[in-house]
Amino acid sequence: MEGAMRSDDKVCTETGIESSSRGPGCSLRHFACEQNLLSRPDGSAAFLQGDTSVLAGVYGPAEVKVSKEIFNKATLEVILRPKIGLPGVAEKSRERLIRNTCQAVVLGALHPRTSITVVLQVVSDAGSLLACCLNAACMALVDAGVPMRALFCGVTCALDSDGTLVLDPTAKQEKEARAVLTFALDSVDRKLLMSTTKGLYSDAELQQCLAAAQTASQHVFRFYRESLQRRYSKS
Amino acid sequence: MKETPLSNCERRFLLRAIEEKKRLDGRQTYDYRNIKISFGTDYGCCIVELGKTRVLGQVSCELVAPKLNRATEGILFFNLELSQMAAPAFEPGRQSDLLVKLNRLLERCLRNSKCIDTESLCVVAGEKVWQIRVDLHLLNHDGNIIDAASIAAIVALCHFRRPDVSVQGEEVTLYTPEERDPVALSIHHMPICVSFAFFQQGTYLLVDPNEREERVMDGLLVIAMNKHREICTIQSSGGIMLLKDQVLRCSKIAGVKVAEITELIQKALENDQKVRKEGGKFGFAESIADQRITTFKMEKAPIDTSDVEEKAEEIIAEAEPPSEVVSKPVLWTSGTAQIGEGIENSWGDLEDSEKDDDDEGGSDEAVILDSVKMDTGVEVSDIGSQDAPIVLSDSEEEEMIILEPDKNPKKIRTQIACTKQEKAPSKKAVKKRKKKRTTN
Repeated sequence: MEGAMRSDDKVCTETGIESSSRGPGCSLRHFACEQNLLSRPDGSAAFLQGDTSVLAGVYGPAEVKVSKEIFNKATLEVILRPKIGLPGVAEKSRERLIRNTCQAVVLGALHPRTSITVVLQVVSDAGSLLACCLNAACMALVDAGVPMRALFCGVTCALDSDGTLVLDPTAKQEKEARAVLTFALDSVDRKLLMSTTKGLYSDAELQQCLAAAQTASQHVFRFYRESLQRRYSKS
Repeated sequence: MKETPLSNCERRFLLRAIEEKKRLDGRQTYDYRNIKISFGTDYGCCIVELGKTRVLGQVSCELVAPKLNRATEGILFFNLELSQMAAPAFEPGRQSDLLVKLNRLLERCLRNSKCIDTESLCVVAGEKVWQIRVDLHLLNHDGNIIDAASIAAIVALCHFRRPDVSVQGEEVTLYTPEERDPVALSIHHMPICVSFAFFQQGTYLLVDPNEREERVMDGLLVIAMNKHREICTIQSSGGIMLLKDQVLRCSKIAGVKVAEITELIQKALENDQKVRKEGGKFGFAESIADQRITTFKMEKAPIDTSDVEEKAEEIIAEAEPPSEVVSKPVLWTSGTAQIGEGIENSWGDLEDSEKDDDDEGGSDEAVILDSVKMDTGVEVSDIGSQDAPIVLSDSEEEEMIILEPDKNPKKIRTQIACTKQEKAPSKKAVKKRKKKRTTN
């Protein structure tokens, strides 16, 4: 929370000068989240970032197939369904990235020989899809009450041809960008859980993007916190 | 994950309630659950909620070559997916009986009823036609999938706009939405499925069964009808015999329901169109109810990234500089090139030292023999040819003899020849002794 407060102050003091030079790039689009909207899954969440929207459902800890059973921890499965057509290689690769991120955070050892299944459905893709998938997965896991070491969020950065940094890019910005970097960060130490990149960038630019993603993650985590505060405000 | 079975008590309770004309969710016999239709930002995308059953529909199009026997007709393709999100029992990538049945029914309801003018989808006869693909995803299963799916399909088709094309001679030009407004599909009528569940061999009837009621029902009758009261498809499943009167009664009910639903669809489409025309906000973000406690929204948040460059510089300055890499191979003479820094390979040394350790340890007979073999291959083979079986013999006495050189293991290297010579005669002696023993 401290970090979030600090960055807020800065924004307040500097907006007058900075906003004109920074342009519209360095902002997150409007966020919206609805939890527990499906009746069948144990936990579910719809996450919207601008026009990008992902629906997530979590089943677990539940019965596991014998062939997939792991004797000392829960079997984590992530299924990502595209909107049009059948899942292909791109979906499989994203599934893997999301699964590895979840596996780093979910305390699977507390539920040995069970399965935790995260099903993600792309509802609309308007840029930063992987980041939105990660956020939806996290909110659904929280809704399902799966024990986790920390929360996690996804932040996408895009680098223009002239090197300007854009946070949470739209589909158009992603297309025009020289490089697109997606990071998953945890809420406790703001450390990197997963990173995937596309395109050319220097090591200085990588560090810049990472630092920007860390700043942005504070806003995302504040969003998580406030939405959960609202949800549990009446008991 | 397997589906939780319905217990006998639950089953009996449900059936008893139906006998008493009561439903668990408080509906009357002929009541539909609430239908909610929301649209996405792109054309042809909608979510239909029928009570808690939720279906996501998306229409897409593509220019393809037509089928050979239908050169002037566009292609319609329906695909309903039962996502694992909807119910844990649905397995991904498996064509279950239910899925096949639903897909087939959907095709009969929408394609075979000719509700879409496929000839208007033709661009160049015999060469290019539009293929319209309707993807339906079941997001939550709470009974009556087919009704929700058929509504979602027809709503998505009505909402969809395909890019405009023009043909000049041989040339086909495809216009982007910015250049020319996309055009809607021409839809003749809107067929909608209405399901009727039968209980106790057709004695009791319910409209729009939910998941629990579907589990205890005996038979299902699905009637697809448009608002002109024309029946597009009728399907009875579950193996119950229905009387003519029952079917007629059902078709009458279906007519009323279809009229209601069609009106609702048209209202929803008009609403969306109006909002789009006025430039207002649309999409799923707007359809999320604000007042719900489980929802939360955050407006566009500016992120301060002014210190990002400094931070990055700090990190890079703190980090160890990466070791210099010789990227170009050095060519000493023709045919001899060098990559790397020219330090001698240390792998061989490592192996040697390990071997020495083993020798010094001297704990294992086999190891010693191996090292001996390696060092003095010729001699060993010579000895082996003289009396081969002794090396791998496992008699206790022999072991003792072989272990003798261990007392001064460091000498092994230098005195291999001697030890071998020592070994050979001693082993011969053993053999002799053995023979003696056997003879005795």
